[in-house]
Amino acid sequence: MPKTPVTFTLNGAETALFVEQGANLLDVLRRGVGELSAKQGCAQGGCGACTVRIDGALHLACLTLAETVEGAAVETAAGLADGPTLHPLQTAFMEGFAAQCGYCTPGMLMAASTLLEDTPNPTRDEVIEAISGNLCRCTGYAPIVDAILEAASHMRRGAA
Amino acid sequence: MSIEFRKDLFAEERDDRLNEIGQPRIRQDILGHVTGRTRYYDDHLFDGLLHMRCVRSPHHNARIRSIDTSAAERMAGVVRLVRPRDVPHNINTLLSLIGFGRDDEPLLQPERCAYKGEPILAIIAETERTAREACDAVRVDWEVLPHVLDVEAALLPEAPVVNPEYPNNTFDYHDRYDHQKLRFGDIDAGFAAADHIVEGEYQMSPIEQAPMETCGAIAAPETNDRFVCHTATQALFFSLGTTAKLLDMASSRLHFIGGTVGGGFGGKVDSLTEPMAVLGARLTGRPVKFAWDRPEEMQVGAPRGAERWRIKDGVAADGRILARSFTGFFDAGAYTRLSSYAIVKCVGHLPGPYTIPNVAANVYCVYTNRTPATAMRGFGITGVDFAIECQMDRVARAVGIDPIALRILNAYRDGDMKAHRREAKNTALIECAQVAAAKAGWTLPAEALAASSLRDGGVARAEIPRTVTDQAGRIGERRRAVQPPEPLAPGVPRGEIPAGTRGSAVVAAAPQRSDMALDPTRIGHRTALSQPAGPRAPAAAPPVSPSPTPPRAPSVASPPPAAQPLYSTPPTFDPVTSQPSLGSAPGGGPPASHVPGITPPTGPQPKVTVPPTGAAGSSAPRHPEPPAGPAPTTPPHRSSEPFQRGVRRPGVSRFLSGARRR
Repeated sequence: MPKTPVTFTLNGAETALFVEQGANLLDVLRRGVGELSAKQGCAQGGCGACTVRIDGALHLACLTLAETVEGAAVETAAGLADGPTLHPLQTAFMEGFAAQCGYCTPGMLMAASTLLEDTPNPTRDEVIEAISGNLCRCTGYAPIVDAILEAASHMRRGAA
Repeated sequence: MSIEFRKDLFAEERDDRLNEIGQPRIRQDILGHVTGRTRYYDDHLFDGLLHMRCVRSPHHNARIRSIDTSAAERMAGVVRLVRPRDVPHNINTLLSLIGFGRDDEPLLQPERCAYKGEPILAIIAETERTAREACDAVRVDWEVLPHVLDVEAALLPEAPVVNPEYPNNTFDYHDRYDHQKLRFGDIDAGFAAADHIVEGEYQMSPIEQAPMETCGAIAAPETNDRFVCHTATQALFFSLGTTAKLLDMASSRLHFIGGTVGGGFGGKVDSLTEPMAVLGARLTGRPVKFAWDRPEEMQVGAPRGAERWRIKDGVAADGRILARSFTGFFDAGAYTRLSSYAIVKCVGHLPGPYTIPNVAANVYCVYTNRTPATAMRGFGITGVDFAIECQMDRVARAVGIDPIALRILNAYRDGDMKAHRREAKNTALIECAQVAAAKAGWTLPAEALAASSLRDGGVARAEIPRTVTDQAGRIGERRRAVQPPEPLAPGVPRGEIPAGTRGSAVVAAAPQRSDMALDPTRIGHRTALSQPAGPRAPAAAPPVSPSPTPPRAPSVASPPPAAQPLYSTPPTFDPVTSQPSLGSAPGGGPPASHVPGITPPTGPQPKVTVPPTGAAGSSAPRHPEPPAGPAPTTPPHRSSEPFQRGVRRPGVSRFLSGARRR
């Protein structure tokens, strides 16, 4: 099967590899690159576990053709932390018990971090809207929403 | 509000400084979750990974006439087809590892599919896409058969046979009944004394666990002739033992790695993916991943089974429930999995957290052509609790009493006797109801507010009443004629058990060897023996017999004396031997016991250890024998017998059989 060379940045690092035609970005990230933080929950765009950011916008990796990220900046939950320093969202999720099995957490974090970049002071409804594409089967959504609001508040205090 | 700690376990070792309660604590594994570094089974990468997918039945009930795999085999990238004959021991039941139930389910179905989605063939290919396309290219000629999807329709004599191992469409309880019985007191007398009769029927649907991560496993050959298996299982050693049995491998050749589950909720205990992945790795010599996609998770993944309940209450004018009868139907789907066990658990829970002097239940584990059911969060309990609590509201309306006050009035209290003949301890329903009412701003009558779980229990409420029994529903009866499903139906001959008769002991599995037997004096809280010999003692058959060989009924084959376990009564899962066989009672009068799990009191009654009906000529002992020589001493496996420890059975490792200990 013919393969296509694809070059993109993954969490800031130059990445280049050959992908099969028609391969989706989730498989390429996980099996091609070895970037495992994006999860496969449904492989049909229904659950949000594979949510990544491409050039700053949220995308579902399972529905994204890998060839389309040529030259783009791809970000995953593995890139949220700055070295050993956790992102405020990660800290808030930990302290607020906003993860149980953890399978939806990377996708949740991508949705939440994108929200907070655009909307530093979101209302509760805006948070709920922002994670409405991400399913969680364990914790219920209340601790997740609380954690995102807490992180937003923490980030505003840090910026002020 | 002060908290009172009632401790009867490790009382000296526990203090009451509960300084962790109320403190936020961070989960120990959450750092991995938020950084995306937690490794689930699919986060282990293997070079040359192959993908396995299954061809599945599109029909509820259909026989395979022929399978044409030629197109699939010709496809580039297809590595290997896996057929039923490639499974070394292609029959299993999940609980065979603890000796409960008969093998009834193949890993790959060779003949007749009994539910929609049952796998008949697997294809291993270089990519998931190729495996998928190859499965689509398989042509199967199906002979579609009539199916049954309703539990009560499946009980009719003319219903199609769902599961050939259980041709009556019901699980066989105690080798005698087509349902699990509970009898406590005399419900007919209770109904006769009641001022109100309240009846209700309740239906629960199947519920899919729907974890975010679907079921799956990756297996790969290791060096040293072993296979490593990364799996999403919730039951690692269940999966390992099941794989060893189905593949007829020593479990020491299996290296199972689990522990991180992307959501389970009970749906990942069935051990269906691990044997397939290991089999694939064994047949190809390469790493193989077998994972369900989301549609498979929803269609094939075993749900919490549907339940149908009919409850009839006899209630006094003041709200006291005098009698309660249950008729329950668990929809097991096509195979047993865990439904048989769910009912045992359920019946131990009836009649809910209430003290009712007369209780009876008939609960059926029914096979239908639906997806097999399995564990899910409190399975066996939550469904009937829904029915019971709806019924309580109905009773409250019928009698005209506050629904919370009704629950407090009927709540069990410390010292009360429960219907399965165990004393209620550490009860707290009254306090829970009081707190719930207060938090909801609900005004309770003064009497309900003053009630306490610590008072007014026991004494007369601790007595085990004379119990009316019946023998309706013996295995096979229903195939001959429609039987009334409800307990103590009219026209059925009655028997009775004297007041004070306790149930058989609930002990762990019988020890394999005499030196593994527990010292009854050290079991403590588990047995009645640990309690001071009080007035109840004479009526209580001690759960653990102090004498190594209880008297035996005549004219039945006995295992060799050396094999006699210290337990006079076997585990509840196998209570057959605790019952005298029908008609074994000497002289006239009713048989001493008709009720599963109930042994007669010590005394003149026939003694307790009797093999199952019809087993008199059987050479297979109920308990393993100690070694009498080299290898062939282990009794041979008989396919008609349930799987047991110590019985050399094809497909079970010596490690699990206990033979390794010798």
